[in-house]
Amino acid sequence: MAEPLLELRGLNKSFGGLRVTENVSLTLEAGEIHALIGPNGAGKTTLIQQISGALAPDSGEIRFLGEDVTRLSMARRARRGLARSFQITSVIPSFSALENAALAVQARSGSSFRFFRPAAREAALNEAAMAALEEVGLAPRAHLPAAALSHGERRQLELAIALAMRPRALLLDEPLAGTGPEEAERLIRILRGLGARYGILLVEHDMRAVFALAQRVSVLAQGRVIATGSPAGIRADPVVRAAYLGEEEGEG
Amino acid sequence: MTWRDAALPAGVFAALALAPFLGFGQSHSLTLLARAMIFAMAAISLMLLVGGAGLVSLGHAAMMGVGAYAVVVLDHARITEAWAVLPAGVGATALFALATGAIAIRTSGVHFIMITLAFGQMAFFTASSLALFGGDDGYTLYGRTEIFGARLLEDRLAFHFACLFCLVAAWALVRALLASRFGRVLRAARENETRVRALGLEPYPYRLAAYVIAGAIGGLAGVLLANATEFVAPAYLAWQRSGDLLFMVILGGLAGPHGALLGALAFVLVEEWLATLTEHWRLIFGPLLILCVLFLRGGIAGLLGRG
Amino acid sequence: MTATLLLVQVLNGLQFGILLFLVAAGLTLVFGVMDFINLAHGVQYMIGAYLGATLAALTGSFWFGLLLALPAALVFGLLLEVLVFRHFYERDHLSQVLATFGVILVLNQGVKAVFGAAPMQMPLPEALSGGVRIMEGLLYPSYRLAILAAGLVTAGLLWFLVERTKLGMLVRAGASNAPMLSALGVDVRRLFMMVFGFGAMLAGFAGAMAAPILSVEPGMGDNLLILAFVVIVIGGIGSIRGAFLAALIVGLVETIGRSMMPDLMRLFLDPSAARQTGAALASMLIYIVMAAILAFRPAGLFPVRT
Repeated sequence: MAEPLLELRGLNKSFGGLRVTENVSLTLEAGEIHALIGPNGAGKTTLIQQISGALAPDSGEIRFLGEDVTRLSMARRARRGLARSFQITSVIPSFSALENAALAVQARSGSSFRFFRPAAREAALNEAAMAALEEVGLAPRAHLPAAALSHGERRQLELAIALAMRPRALLLDEPLAGTGPEEAERLIRILRGLGARYGILLVEHDMRAVFALAQRVSVLAQGRVIATGSPAGIRADPVVRAAYLGEEEGEG
Repeated sequence: MTWRDAALPAGVFAALALAPFLGFGQSHSLTLLARAMIFAMAAISLMLLVGGAGLVSLGHAAMMGVGAYAVVVLDHARITEAWAVLPAGVGATALFALATGAIAIRTSGVHFIMITLAFGQMAFFTASSLALFGGDDGYTLYGRTEIFGARLLEDRLAFHFACLFCLVAAWALVRALLASRFGRVLRAARENETRVRALGLEPYPYRLAAYVIAGAIGGLAGVLLANATEFVAPAYLAWQRSGDLLFMVILGGLAGPHGALLGALAFVLVEEWLATLTEHWRLIFGPLLILCVLFLRGGIAGLLGRG
Repeated sequence: MTATLLLVQVLNGLQFGILLFLVAAGLTLVFGVMDFINLAHGVQYMIGAYLGATLAALTGSFWFGLLLALPAALVFGLLLEVLVFRHFYERDHLSQVLATFGVILVLNQGVKAVFGAAPMQMPLPEALSGGVRIMEGLLYPSYRLAILAAGLVTAGLLWFLVERTKLGMLVRAGASNAPMLSALGVDVRRLFMMVFGFGAMLAGFAGAMAAPILSVEPGMGDNLLILAFVVIVIGGIGSIRGAFLAALIVGLVETIGRSMMPDLMRLFLDPSAARQTGAALASMLIYIVMAAILAFRPAGLFPVRT
């Protein structure tokens, strides 16, 4: 069998005495949406940060496209095709939606050490950026500054930026966070469309979205993966229900 | 493109070009205008750092100083040909910017402010200790830079237009840089560094390149300043002058290089005017500065843009 | 260079370092607690020197001058805080730099307008005008030793205040996490004012103590300010311990470098070139040291914020 797109082998991370990631191993295959769920404080975002390169694990290995990337910087991993969206929207506020996406295109195509030609008039950059915006349904708002977009639209932009990087794998940290029901519906549709073309590691609280989208689900609790399986299998797993789902349903 | 990005500076440049023929042709006026244009160049280069890259340098006067001292060193060796002086001045400053920037840009925020200040001071004290070039007292040039052996710049009008040419070039360059792919990375990293890293772009080399380019333009301004006064002293590198430059940039506004242009012209002219009123003009200038920073948030360019 | 001369230079360096520490301590606290960058801290030092010299002349006694200069410097600092600085706490560092730069312009010029541009003298106190025989053939001025002692005592007091008292605990908490303080219900504005006034007083004290051995003149605080910045950058912003150690390093490197560099260069160069290169190198030395330290520890020796 071919090596998975992304593979974590025995990752560990502690802050002081607190173990936030404990012997985590999981894989992401091409064309798969693999959801990562777990109660608040389970260590989901810390794990995403280690995969993207914002945090260094204490031990363990991260393999991407068959190579060890554990020691590579965030920028280098991104250049290899590992794109990340942020839990708290992270865009360039004064840039238009189009320029935000164009910056991502620019990062993956040719040198950015070009000094004289106005970047805003580079058709190749703008076309690819516009294509990414169209894919997430943000094309009509392309020329508004990111700061003027609604929260849901900024989540879409976040996704468009990740797509504009022409990535191999997407790390999506709560793409639905803070969106209303209609916006969430639209984002779920978009994500389902993307799932076949990339490997997506999806951290999400919205269980409806997780079970609608994911082919596989891993459950994280207190830094450890306590179960991995199909959505149906996870839903039925008594350990998971005890650790997590019961509590969540009780709230909802 | 809004009108203030291009039309406003075009108007200012036209006014500067016409000034000598509209009653500002006396030696005193031309000296003042040359000074204003030279500082405007330096302020525009600093604007690339502050407004473009978000790097608040409090050591930019050192860039002008290195450029000016390159003229001194060559003058001492009786080399005054522009084709030697200009590359030497600009090159020396770029090298100085590369060496100090390589360290300074590893830091950010207040650390960056303090480190650029410290490197500026280092250059200042070094200049003061160069007894060969007059030490604290400074150095009087044998003559202005020559072009193909012709003493063209001795003519005040010719010098006026040389300064104007360099100023327009600096403005156009910084404007183009900010709009380019390179400038886009700089601006993005100023607003959201993590996002830029997540895109696969490491801000450091872009910032360092901006620092070197800004230094080189500042060095060119220094070469011109040495020529304008035919005298160079360590005071050119004093940290107060770096503060002045920073104020010019903020006074003008950070919306584009035209802001720095307006800020520098306003600064030099107001300074000159106040100095004719009283010996203690700084007592008026200081509070004025504080009030401008407190209330004039978009700078002069912002004020004009609203109207 | 003889051992005697070296000892003198070491003592001079320590004494300079102590003065630097008194200025840098206020600067690092003000920055650490308030995230406020105050270029005008150096003029507090200058104001202290002028106050000391003026009050000593008025009262006819060095001691009264020094004693009265402390509250006067405190009041002056608080006045500046109320008039200017507090309006800039919420603003970005760039605005703070420029506003405090404006304060420097005004005060340097103001001092020139009031006292004239010529340096002022402050007489040494009678009791400390002599020297102390430290070793055979070495008579070191008692006043300089007194500065060293007074500085060390002040540093000790400061350490006690910051490390061992409730107020100090708040200050340290503020340095590592300012928003937390207001969340805990501390009156941050009042704490800011206290820290600010205290910092101003320390700088003023340093200025008044230095007045008899330096020329009291407009702009005297500017160069010291920049060295104080070097000190707090090396020491780690917000760290008193770091400021103390870095101040001694900077004081020693500056003083010893200046006296020894030309001699050192004479090993490689002819005398006149050695004097030139030595002087130039000596003035660059401290910044090279700073660059070297920062190249390895960008947050300084004792970073407070992690």
